[in-house]
Amino acid sequence: MTSTIEPEIGKSRRRKEDERLITGRTRWTDNLTLPGMLHLAVLRSPFAHARIVSIDVTEAKSAPGVVAVFTGKDLDPESAIGMPCAWPITPDMKSPRRPILASDTVNFAGEGVAVVVARTAAEAHDALEAIDVEYAELPVVLGLENALADGAPLVHEDLGTNQNAVWVFDSADAGTGSSVEDAISHSEVVLKRRFRQQRLVPAFMEPRACVVDPTGSQLVMWSATQVPHILKTMTAATLGLPEHKVRVIAPDVGGGFGGKIAVLPEEMMATLIAQRLGKPVKWTESRSETMVAAHHGRDQIQDLTITANRDGTVTGLKVELLADMGAYLGLVGPGVPILGAFMFNAIYKFPAYHFVCTNVFTNTTLTDAYRGAGRPEATFGIERMMDELAVELGMDPMEIREKNWIRHEEFPFTTVAGLTYDSGDYEAATAKAKELFDYDGLRREQKERRESGDPVQLGIGISTFTEMCGLAPSRVLGSLDYAAGGWEHAEIRVLPTGKIEVITGASAHGQGHETAWSQIVADKLGVPFEDIEVIHGDTQSSHKGMDTYGSRSLVVGGIAVVKAADKVLAKAKPIAAHLMECSEDDLEFSAGEFSVKGTKVSTSIQDIAWAVFSAHNLPDGVEPSLDSSDTFDPENFSFPHGTHLCAAEVDTETGRVRLRSYVCVDDVGVAVNPLIVEGQVHGGLAQGIAQALFEEAVHDEGGTLTTGTFADYLLPSAVDLPSFTTDRTETPSTTNPLGAKGVGEAGTIASTPAVVNAVIDAVRHFGVNDIEMPLTPMRVWHAIQHGSAAAGGLGSEAGGGLGSIDATGGAQ
Amino acid sequence: MRITVTVDGTPCTDDVEPRTLLVHHLRERIGKVGTVVGCDTSNCGACTVHLDGHSVKSCSVLAVQADGCEVTTIEGLARDGELHPVQQAFHENHALQCGFCTPGMIMQSIDLLADDPDPDEQAVREGLEGNLCRCTGYQNIVRAVRDAAHRMRPAAGPEAGRLASDTASRVGAGGE
Ligand code: FES
Ligand code: FES
Repeated sequence: MTSTIEPEIGKSRRRKEDERLITGRTRWTDNLTLPGMLHLAVLRSPFAHARIVSIDVTEAKSAPGVVAVFTGKDLDPESAIGMPCAWPITPDMKSPRRPILASDTVNFAGEGVAVVVARTAAEAHDALEAIDVEYAELPVVLGLENALADGAPLVHEDLGTNQNAVWVFDSADAGTGSSVEDAISHSEVVLKRRFRQQRLVPAFMEPRACVVDPTGSQLVMWSATQVPHILKTMTAATLGLPEHKVRVIAPDVGGGFGGKIAVLPEEMMATLIAQRLGKPVKWTESRSETMVAAHHGRDQIQDLTITANRDGTVTGLKVELLADMGAYLGLVGPGVPILGAFMFNAIYKFPAYHFVCTNVFTNTTLTDAYRGAGRPEATFGIERMMDELAVELGMDPMEIREKNWIRHEEFPFTTVAGLTYDSGDYEAATAKAKELFDYDGLRREQKERRESGDPVQLGIGISTFTEMCGLAPSRVLGSLDYAAGGWEHAEIRVLPTGKIEVITGASAHGQGHETAWSQIVADKLGVPFEDIEVIHGDTQSSHKGMDTYGSRSLVVGGIAVVKAADKVLAKAKPIAAHLMECSEDDLEFSAGEFSVKGTKVSTSIQDIAWAVFSAHNLPDGVEPSLDSSDTFDPENFSFPHGTHLCAAEVDTETGRVRLRSYVCVDDVGVAVNPLIVEGQVHGGLAQGIAQALFEEAVHDEGGTLTTGTFADYLLPSAVDLPSFTTDRTETPSTTNPLGAKGVGEAGTIASTPAVVNAVIDAVRHFGVNDIEMPLTPMRVWHAIQHGSAAAGGLGSEAGGGLGSIDATGGAQ
Repeated sequence: MRITVTVDGTPCTDDVEPRTLLVHHLRERIGKVGTVVGCDTSNCGACTVHLDGHSVKSCSVLAVQADGCEVTTIEGLARDGELHPVQQAFHENHALQCGFCTPGMIMQSIDLLADDPDPDEQAVREGLEGNLCRCTGYQNIVRAVRDAAHRMRPAAGPEAGRLASDTASRVGAGGE
């Protein structure tokens, strides 16, 4: 008999998963070696756009250790359906077939054209050199506006256009608000700005890898994937395999951030080759391959128009986006900018809203989900815009936010984009953040530095944000033409000795599900935390699931666990009554014990588990099992929010930015494990700050990625980042029984605009109202020297000066 | 070429190609897959091990250079089932998420503490500059290294325990 008195939910439990990770006993895909296993290496195109004239593999075939060489033609007959895209956002969306290996034309630098199979990985890589490919170069299309220009070369000739799809939301048509065009004609202030979201690389630390074993009764694929369940179904569908003959295992996965959400051509390639050769094969990419061949994120141009009255009340928002899809469509790529449609209006009460997004093909690596997917882009746009509007109106940027945000007593609140925010308290989070930050003190210091002409200027950046977590209500996904649902599944097995196995469809890659799920079940069933094992990432044990992305694990997957635990108790109750010879109505349950009200008679979950196992004394008609499973399909998203404040020092003589302090107060609802929440926030902040200051995927004019290694792509190290001050408020979500809201993406979403707003605030008196990300010392210095006009291409086109049509108010 | 490397206390003699990198030798020949590869330009530090007591990126050392040397990997740190204090501090301070950078981070941290037994925050950050982590934002790693420094002080005793639990109770309040 045992009981857990102290609640587990809310406790900063140290993680169960750490033990294997800190001792080097982790099961990474690349660690796996199977008997007779062969190794694959992929030859990738050096050209961004070219016709493949010929491929000669004769010499490679006889290279040491080589077993076989395949080209696109060998592997990928035209009849095959190509790599899947699961999000046809419009009925007329252009969806080019993406082959497993290119056999006709290559459409981005890094696209696979041939694959060598050899006894060792080194031999496979050596033999790549011996493959002779003749390319005829084609004109390369780079840049969103270039791709849409009249007469632009086409990425896919057969589509007749570089435009993938146009997706529109209008509040007047949707009945969620009034007309933006009216707001533009009638408002006192109309402010336009153009912002750019540079292209980023997710840069998970574990490169992608897969091992495929075709030798058993089922084909088994181990993959460093975020989505084992989706991968299983998509592998079957893409290759025409019977789904029940495919098993996918995601062992320990070294980070994803959306970058491992894809179904990979390499996974399909490895499967086909393993089947043909009848042997296990392994593919592991190098970092340089990851940089060009794993999908990228962001890459948008945002044209925003905000309208307001002179007192600061916003009256309308118009968003025109161009989004770069790259050369093909990723699994959910076309939908990523669409997620932003629901977040541009953010925490503000816009009466009118218009959103239009044009997705564009270019000769670059495809883009797809990257931490936050659509929401960081949107939050950046609106939070930069609120700062610009404040300047235009001569208001404090905090004041303009407070004037327009949804007040605590107004929840639930249906926004102009049609979402209903269930709960939130922007006032509380902001008050706490301001106090931790010393907002007023820093404003005073800023003024002093400005007046004294200090070479190091101080700026304050604000980002008061919300996001939508818990992807997603299946019906909402359906209305957006997404091919799959948004539910999640969980199963609880009560073992004879009273120990518990929890099986979850939400497969983790560093988020700590094993710990958090154990806490949930320990609380619900009153069994010790240590007595619970969480099993995930294998489609054989966890046969149903929608996997991990979009901060959905806890708020969808965790709730499925709660529901399954409730069912366990419901099954246990009649057995407990039977064992104690009382009526079910006389029972109460607490801390793992059913007891007869008003007596000391009790029986534990563990006792019932054994009774079920022995099955000698069960009520008639009761099955000998407490095992239960359930599925949760959320009725609504959850809406974490927070206030992020950044103080940045800018050396006006060198352009160097130093983050002096970063304070954030996030409201993620009920935190199951505050330790994990804090860790997620830290990591998210690092990624968002890196977008603001360091990272950018750059192509040269020929379409070669010039930032193709960790030597050129500036992933921040420990010296590049400050310590963060993080805190929480807790306004429970009202649409799930845990009251949780999700946290995985919050830090990334909120921090980028906070940092950029801070830097611009520091140098605005030099006539700067925009600097293109990342804010390198060179760009900042240029902006200081020449105002926004020289700060970056876009700044000169639209950022500098042409802001207001009908407003006075300078940039001071 | 025939080389002998003592890995985590066990001598291993093997024929290797002159071009084989130590990390591949460890992973593929000796089976020490706890040491991982994160890049091909010696920038990430995921592959860090100790070579004769000093941290090296094992992707930038040839296996033949390690002939006659002692190599310690993440798998050789725990003794008699007892975690190394740095491993323990990483766990206590939630200094890892996906854990891919962790073996390298821990090996580098141990070397850093050998050089400077009581580093301040900036010294830890500088000492870890060659090791990239995409998950943690480094803050808890820095916290863990400083916590480990206290645990490893000869007279740490109960003081070390107190610091560890202080760290735990600060969670949620943020800040170093
Ligand atoms: S693998 Fe050695 S530094 Fe990256
Ligand atoms: S914990 Fe994932 S890279 Fe460091």
